[in-house]
Amino acid sequence: MHGFMLSVSGLSCVRGERRLFSDLSFELGAGEWLHVQGENGAGKTTLLRALVGLSAPAEGEIRWRGQPIRDLAEDYGRDMLYLGHYGAVKEELTPLENLRFSAELDGRTLDDAEAIAVLHRFGLKGREELPVRFLSAGQKRRVLLSRLATRQSPLWILDEPFTALDVKAVDMLSGMIGAHLAGGGMAILTSHQTMPLPGGRAIKL
Amino acid sequence: MNALLAIVRRDLLIALRRKSEVLTALFFFIIVVSLFPLGIGPDAKLLKKIAPGVIWVAALLSTMLSLNRLFATDHADGTLEQMTLSPTPLGLLVTGKIVAHWLTSGLPLVLLAPVLGIQFDLDLSALGVLAGALLLGTPLLSLIGAIGAALTLGVRGGGVLVSLLVLPLYVPALIFGAGAVEAHVSGLDPQGHLSLLAALLALAAFFAPWATTAALRVALE
Amino acid sequence: MNNRIINWFKFASPQSFYPLTGRMIPWFWALAAAFGAAGLWISFFVAPTDAVQGEGYRIIFIHVPASWMSMFIYVVMAGWAGLGLALNTRLSGMMAQALAPTGALMAFISLWTGAFWGKPMWGTWWVWDARLTSELILFFLYIGFIALQAAIDDPRRADKAGAILALVGVVNVPIIYFSVKWWNTLHQGASVSLMKSPSMAQTMLWGMLVMALAFWMYSIAVALMRVRAIILEREAYTEWVRDLPEVKE
Repeated sequence: MHGFMLSVSGLSCVRGERRLFSDLSFELGAGEWLHVQGENGAGKTTLLRALVGLSAPAEGEIRWRGQPIRDLAEDYGRDMLYLGHYGAVKEELTPLENLRFSAELDGRTLDDAEAIAVLHRFGLKGREELPVRFLSAGQKRRVLLSRLATRQSPLWILDEPFTALDVKAVDMLSGMIGAHLAGGGMAILTSHQTMPLPGGRAIKL
Repeated sequence: MNALLAIVRRDLLIALRRKSEVLTALFFFIIVVSLFPLGIGPDAKLLKKIAPGVIWVAALLSTMLSLNRLFATDHADGTLEQMTLSPTPLGLLVTGKIVAHWLTSGLPLVLLAPVLGIQFDLDLSALGVLAGALLLGTPLLSLIGAIGAALTLGVRGGGVLVSLLVLPLYVPALIFGAGAVEAHVSGLDPQGHLSLLAALLALAAFFAPWATTAALRVALE
Repeated sequence: MNNRIINWFKFASPQSFYPLTGRMIPWFWALAAAFGAAGLWISFFVAPTDAVQGEGYRIIFIHVPASWMSMFIYVVMAGWAGLGLALNTRLSGMMAQALAPTGALMAFISLWTGAFWGKPMWGTWWVWDARLTSELILFFLYIGFIALQAAIDDPRRADKAGAILALVGVVNVPIIYFSVKWWNTLHQGASVSLMKSPSMAQTMLWGMLVMALAFWMYSIAVALMRVRAIILEREAYTEWVRDLPEVKE
């Protein structure tokens, strides 16, 4: 609806001496999502890391809203949310503190009430004030995912987002992604699961 | 600016919950300073003479020890990656981390050093100059050390390697810092030393976050 | 002018640089030998016996050129590294990596010859004068660079990290030198200065310059040989390397 567009052309990535994939091209518009598939080691994470700008691809160009992401720097960061393999939460802090600090780094202040509401939505009721290291793997994952609710970014790039989640959480997350897409957002996901969301394309590496 | 303060608050909060890391480096400082008289002998005059140098070297080593704390945990749990991708410029966040690092490892040295200086029979005014020199010098050590910590992120033998990279770069701080106290003890004006130290601090405050950010991006590729 | 620009970038690829260096290396060895012979002749036979220091002073014909080269190579190394960082060229990083050990060697030679000079003259193997101390720190900077590159497995990351370190180092070298000089003049105990000779005879200066040229040619020859080895190692999986006669056997 706003014309946000991710366009990738001629992308190829290498890892060490191996060429993982070459000449990859695609475009993503509002409401669309991409399912990146492939075996372990095929280069899914490498592709995602190149798309967010962490590593430079061997060849090709990635453009966001018409400009190379290299030139956009922080502006791209504002429009894009990347959740990778890492837990990306501080173990010593509570989920509440983690969420509030992440929000501040993202440029918005979150008051306690808002933050607690988000955490409850992610099934962390009663755990908000416990240092994250006391939580289970699934709960830690949900603390990370709660950023999806507080960050207002059109492009979501998620690497195996359903890892360690139980059925209820998987449903909730799928619902969130669906709502995000319906609202004009975009998503790129890697996942071993099939996702019942409309408007998707698959890329196999 | 908000983000910078947020990072400082975050790192301070984490340091508070992992007090042992901070305290270990401080006790290291105290122990190293105490080793010198044991190695050299209790000659009060000699000890008074070497005190500034000894305390400064111990401060360098203690800062070195605490450097791996700067980025390693954030790198391991993925929060560093997230900082690179945030809407806030990475340079700003890095500066915030360095400030927090100084508050937990440099500032305590500034406060502790005069107490240790008493053991070496330095007089009150000399202790004042020592504290002042360390106040200017320890942020400099954190800034330069950050570059080393970023370069060796996730690299084998990181701890010792950082020392090898950073200690030569610490030499000017050591010379001017210890020199200021020695000058004062000899009856000279430490102004020159302290101004040079301040100049180095200004230079490092400008360049070091930039170099550190570049090194972090290289490490995260 | 256009021609030269095109040629420059042509040799920026390891594939074309490799055969070029192969042809260049023997020439540099020849120049090094020629300058070296001339320099040694000057230092032993032409330069007069020093009034104060006798014959032992002749070691400065090794010491001073080695010092000059150690500093020169560091700047060149930082230059190549910076170029690699800015233009993202593989070869620049390889050149920096190739230069480092030679620079370290020059610093090492400078330190040892400084010691050998000091012993007969002042009775001590080491003296903390500004230049020797700065040389020691420069030696540590070289070792740090080499150690950092050795510790990082990924060659591209090693190049870039080394480049940042070298650039930080090159900015710091004048600062370190200045601070050490300050430190030395303030603690003026025994005012020993290895370079304070009442009159530097013209011939002595010539001798040092010729020896410096010899060291320079030697350094280039060795660095080019080393960069060839680095190219072979890093590009081992490419076709053109596999097709080389020296690799095929």
